[in-house]
Parts: sequence; structure tokens; C-alpha cells
Amino acid sequence: MNSEKKLLLKGNEATIYGALLAGCECFFGYPITPASEIAHTAAELFPKLNRTFLQAESEIAAINMVLGASASGRRTITASSGLGISLKQEGISYIATCELPAVIIDITRAGPGLGNIGPEQSDYNQVVKGGGHGSYKCIVLAPNSAQEMCDFTMLAFDLADKYRTPVYVMADGVIGQMIESITLPAPMGRKPIPEWAIAATDASRRNFITSIYLGHDELEAVNIKLQEKYAEIEKIEQRCDSYRTDDAELVIVGYGIISRLLHSAVDLLRKEGYKIGMLRPITLFPFPKTEFKKLALSTDSFLCVEMSNGQLIDDIKLTIECSKPVHLYTRMGGNVPSMDEITNKCREILA
Amino acid sequence: MSKEEIKFGRSKGFFETFERRPGPIKKNMHYCPGCGHGILHKLVAEALVDLEMQDKMIFISPVGCSVFAYYYFDCGGISVPHGRAPAVATGLLRANPDSYVISYQGDGDLGAIGLNNFLQAANRGENLTVCFVNNAIYGMTSGQMAPTTLIGHKTATSPYGRTVTNEGFPLKVAEMVAALESPVYVERVALTSTKNIRSARRALRKGLTNMKEKKGFSLIEFLSGCPINLKKSAEATDEWIEEEMIPYFPLGCLKDIADERDKIIRPIPIFDKEKVTKALLESAGNIKFGDKQTKLRKDLRIKCAGFGGQGVLSLGMMIAAMGQSRNINVSWLPSYGPEMRGGTANCSVVMSNDIIGTPIVIETNILITMNQPSMDKFLPDLATKGILLYDSTSIKPPKTKSRVYAVEATRIALDIGNIKCANSVIMGAFAACLKGFELENYEGAFEEAIKTTFRKKPQLIDMNILAFRKGKDSVKTVNV
Repeated sequence: MNSEKKLLLKGNEATIYGALLAGCECFFGYPITPASEIAHTAAELFPKLNRTFLQAESEIAAINMVLGASASGRRTITASSGLGISLKQEGISYIATCELPAVIIDITRAGPGLGNIGPEQSDYNQVVKGGGHGSYKCIVLAPNSAQEMCDFTMLAFDLADKYRTPVYVMADGVIGQMIESITLPAPMGRKPIPEWAIAATDASRRNFITSIYLGHDELEAVNIKLQEKYAEIEKIEQRCDSYRTDDAELVIVGYGIISRLLHSAVDLLRKEGYKIGMLRPITLFPFPKTEFKKLALSTDSFLCVEMSNGQLIDDIKLTIECSKPVHLYTRMGGNVPSMDEITNKCREILA
Repeated sequence: MSKEEIKFGRSKGFFETFERRPGPIKKNMHYCPGCGHGILHKLVAEALVDLEMQDKMIFISPVGCSVFAYYYFDCGGISVPHGRAPAVATGLLRANPDSYVISYQGDGDLGAIGLNNFLQAANRGENLTVCFVNNAIYGMTSGQMAPTTLIGHKTATSPYGRTVTNEGFPLKVAEMVAALESPVYVERVALTSTKNIRSARRALRKGLTNMKEKKGFSLIEFLSGCPINLKKSAEATDEWIEEEMIPYFPLGCLKDIADERDKIIRPIPIFDKEKVTKALLESAGNIKFGDKQTKLRKDLRIKCAGFGGQGVLSLGMMIAAMGQSRNINVSWLPSYGPEMRGGTANCSVVMSNDIIGTPIVIETNILITMNQPSMDKFLPDLATKGILLYDSTSIKPPKTKSRVYAVEATRIALDIGNIKCANSVIMGAFAACLKGFELENYEGAFEEAIKTTFRKKPQLIDMNILAFRKGKDSVKTVNV
């Protein structure tokens, strides 16, 4: 126990610890509540390790700085929330099409419009479905603790490099703002500069990074290559937690802070004799289709609990091809569903 | 018949043949006759070779007619979103300070959609050379108005001529940049006569040399022709530039202070594993752990509430740090945002020997209030067998069946000499209330938590420990 490096960290802070441990060299970002502690922590720690922290003039500038830094072959990260992510979308489409690795943290706040700074999960569609123009997708990891904010940020860098694609770590405002103890993982070494990078060397002089393809067939081929990559990601990278689902008549589904509530709700309702389990998607893209399809064979119904207007539920219904009823419980505007609300909804379904 | 021999070949800054260009034409550029881009491309290619910058150069292809510049230049390349070249350049240069970057932009890219990114990069003094091609019209999208289009000039989107009242005066980019402190070199040249082109060649090389010597930001504005969209011959276009554009956009050097500036030196990133871990641990505050976990009889779900500025959030943090140091699982969650400034603030702290489900505390078993509105708001959520602790300096005794403890936190803090340590007084009182919770050496743990919380302001530690001890001795049971 004593040899472990345990720290008390805010979820937002933990992402930067993860980034630095993963050998991230550059942070570019623009402050926004409830993600600002990410920039604060980066501003303190990146310079201590002679790495680059730069407050960009806008979200648009920040994502384009990420595009440049990533093109040079260095690990790079940005962070924002809701409306700031909307502003970044053009750049993320370019990064995905240029096949550059990048890590983007989204601490989702309540929308639409200016909304407020309370927690929501309403960035699901704009993050999980691509979000910008064109047929691209990003890998999306959904942590539910400060430890996972650190660990998943590290994982995000590895996945981004492996597939040369932008990877999101997406959490609601609660996960970003809460403080918990984490065990500090071991640092990774510096990654070698990849061959494709425009690295300002003789060897890389003829490298060219682009997303412009004038020929229709040529651009279609690029699109097909991207879709093949996403199919590969779907095959290999699905991640989820199943909890007490074996004999469950109702499977409740949620990610982020919701998954912690659901975990407690399952324990509570099991004590009351209900056959209930939880499925927590950890990767939102790729959606954990295999597990959902498996559970659709054994359970009677699903309940999707989300802090958005029914965005996650679409993926559940599509995945199981509506073979079982999928109920929905949502809160919006910065509200988090209470334990009573969730358990009552479950009892109502199982009645 | 003698074999064909090339005496004056294309600059080695260009590819021998333009293989990236689709279609059968691999030797010629796509630019129209009389277009300034062709001339400027040649100046750039020659300079890359002569200044020995080719291997380390990254040429950014913008959006506009020069979007295809990557067909031609034999150096690193990247194509970027419209207007964003200076931001992408910033990323490239910060990630790899060894690179050289040319941001090559037209009047729409730089002066309209990307003006902010351009000005901010200039104002940061990035070690960058910007080639600004000002032809007073949008070429690629076929002849719409540019921010630099002259007054009275008819374009596709100013069919009656640009007016001062509708579009304002043409944007003087070079003058604007010269007014900033950071840029080291700003000059406006024209790609018209031989004399002017020689001057443009000199200016370009000066900008690139500044970058090579890491002196910072250089802007060269090139007045350039677009015969097709100006609907003039190449010759007439040059005349038009000299007679119409130059009087409004005068040529010349507006700023040249590279000699006065030091080199921009960026440090080498540290990846040594021990140093990385040490930096993170130092910043987070390394909490010492007891060997065994303190057993709680039940989970503590604590709400701390008061005015913003009373330190209720750090009070919660100190309580969480105390739990952490006893190997209890803890979570802390603030009510975050602007309502904290001047309004009421609160935070939730959960302590458990099990995995913590939700960190949001609604039903509390310990409520700590430091002002009356918080008492009114949160007391109804306190469990019947819960504990209430409040600052009795300003709060009226509440009516409740819970166990109630009071401490004159604000008064005691004022006696100590700093109202801001009222939260530590409260924590002392809280420690006294917790006696029944069998926390092993809880006083030591609390004092350790104070040291951790104030690690970045060590001058405050002694005062807060004093406040903690006074709070512990002054707490009063109200109705047990």
C-alpha cells in the first residue's frame, strides 16, 4: 500500500497527469467551465517538464494548433466542453481525414445554446457520431472516476497512435469536477517520431499531410479506407462493464456518472429481490455491440438512463435491432437523476 | 542533331516534375497567365535552396488558388482549414522548434476568415514567415469581394462597387501588424515590374532569414495580380496595381527590428521517468498513508455549505484529505461555477470503506453550514440521526431532532487575526464531533490534511492548525 503513489485529484486534473505520463508534449486550449482545471493543471505542469502549454485565442485555433503539433509527430492534447467542441469540429474532421493522432477531452456541460455549466451528456451525438462534416468517426472513451480520467487519457494516446485517429475522452461535468484518490501509473517514455510526420528532417522532407483529394474516385477510396479502419476498431476495441447481468430481467444502461448511480441501484434493487443488472459502455465508439447483442438474447428489457434527450438510446436500439423494449429515463439542464428516480423507474418497469 | 540540353532549369526548390498534380500536365503550374502566385512561388523555391532551408521547411498550403502549392514545392507540406494556417504553424513550431514554416495566405484566408488566428500568431511573435498575397479579389471562388478590395471596385459580391458605407475601407494588413510590438519585420512589396519583383525577392529572403535565425514573426505583403478576375490583361493588371492599389497600399518597409531581438530558444522537453513522477507528486501533494484502513461504522455523506469566500470548498477538501490519509475511500464534489462568487457555495464529501457510488450528496448524515441561507436550504435533507455543525457567530439555533454542534467559527477566526481560517475552526469542531466514529488518530490526520491543502501557501499552515485546535476546544453541544 505504501509503495503505491496515491493522490487526491480532481477528474479534470487527472487527465493532465495521464497526458504527461503518456509523454504528451503539447497542450493547446481555451478556458471553459467546467473543463478549465484541465488548462490550469496543464499550465502549471507542462512548463515544469519543458513541454508546451499555450492558451489559444479560440477553440478553433486550439484544434488547429493540435493539427500542426500532431503533424510534426508529437503527442498532443486539447480540452473543452459542449459549445467549445462544436467550434472544434471542422478541425477534428481534418485531423481524422489527415489520419493524425490527437486526444481531445470533452467535459460535457448542459446545452443547447449557451445552456449552463451544470453536467449533461448531450455531446453524445456530436462526439460519438463524428460531429463535423464528412464520413468520419472518433474513438470515444467514457471514464467514470478520477482514476479512469487519468488511465483513459493514457489509453487514448495509445489508441490515437495505433489507429492514427482522434480519440476523445468524454466525461460529464460531475466526473470532471469531482475529487477522488487515484493511484499514479508509471510514466511512458518518449515516443519515436513516426515516419509519416513532417518532422523537419531530410528523411521527412517529401512527407505531405492533407485531406484534399480532387478526384471523386480518389476521395471515395480515402473514405473507404477510413471506414475499413473504423470497422477494424469496432472489431477490436469495444469495451464495457457488465455487472450482475447473468440472470437479469432488466439491464440498465448508462455511462459516466450515471454508471456509478446504476451500480448502486443494482445492488439496492437486488437486495429487494429484483433480477437486475447493469451494462456500462466504456467505449461509446466503438459501441459495445457484442455485449448488447448477447444480453438482448437473455434479458427481457433495457432501461437507458442518460443526461441528454435520448441520444445513447438510439445506439442501443440500433444494436439490438429493437428486439427487446428499451425504456428511457432522462434528466437535462444540469440535473443528475437521483437514486430514487432511477430505482422507482426500474421498479415500475419490473412491476 | 544535337541532344536537347537544359541550361537554366527549374529551381531545386521545386519538384523536377509535378507528380502530385493530377492530369497529364506535369511540368507547368496551374496558375493563370499574369497571376502573382507563379512569380512568388519561384522566389520562394529559389530562396529555400539558397538559404539552405529546404529540409527543415514546411510549406502550408492554404485555401485559395494556392491550395495546390503542394504540387510544386520540394519540402514538407500540409494543407489546412481555411484561415487557420497561422494556428497550424504555431502547433508545428511549438512541437518542433527546429522546423521552419511558411504560412502562405491570400486576402480572404488571412484578412477575412482567418484574421484573428493571423493577428494572434503575429502578436505572439511566432518564429514564422507569413507570405500574404493581396490581389484585392477572391480568385479561387471566382471573383468575389476581398477585405482588401478597393473602394468602387465591382466584384461578384459587390456588383455596384465596394462602398465605404456598406463594406468600409480596404483592410491595411501590413500597417496593422506593424503596430504590434512582437513582429520583427513587416514590409509591403509588389509583384509587378522587375524592380518591384527584385525588391520582393529581397524582402522574402529577409523574412526567411529572420526565421532561420529564430528572431520571430515576419510579414511580407505581396501586392499581386489576378487578371482573370480583374478582367484585365496581364499587362493592364500590373498597370492597375501600380496606379490603383499602390496609392492605397504604399510599398515599403514598415518595421525591421530583428537585430534588436534575442533568439527564441525553447527548452528541450523532459521525459526522464523519475523527474516526471516527481513533478506530478509535488504538485498533487503526497499524502502519507497509514498502514491499515480506518473502519467507518457507516458511510459519511457530508455537505459543507456557506457563502462563497468562506472556504467551504477547501473545508470539504481538508475533510476528504483527512479520510484519504486513513485509507478511506473519499470523493469531493463542488457546486461549481459563477454562483460561487458572492453567492452560496457548497460541496459534497463522501467517505466510505466501499466503492463510492454517487459522489453527489443529497441526503446528508453530516451537515456543516457557515451561513443562514445554507442552513435553511440543506437542513431538511439532514438525516434524523445525522449531525449538524454550524457557525454560531451568525446563524440562529435551528429546530431539529438531529445532533447539533455549534462553534463560533467566524469570531474565533477574527480573534486569531484572519477571518479566512474560520473553515479550519469548523474543521476542529468537526474533529471533536467525530470522536464517536472511531477514527484512529484523527487529530493527526486532520493536521496532515491542513498541511496538504495549504501546501502551495505554506505561510498559512501554522495559523490554520491553531484555528483547528481552537475549534476543537470550543465546540458546544447544543441539544444532545
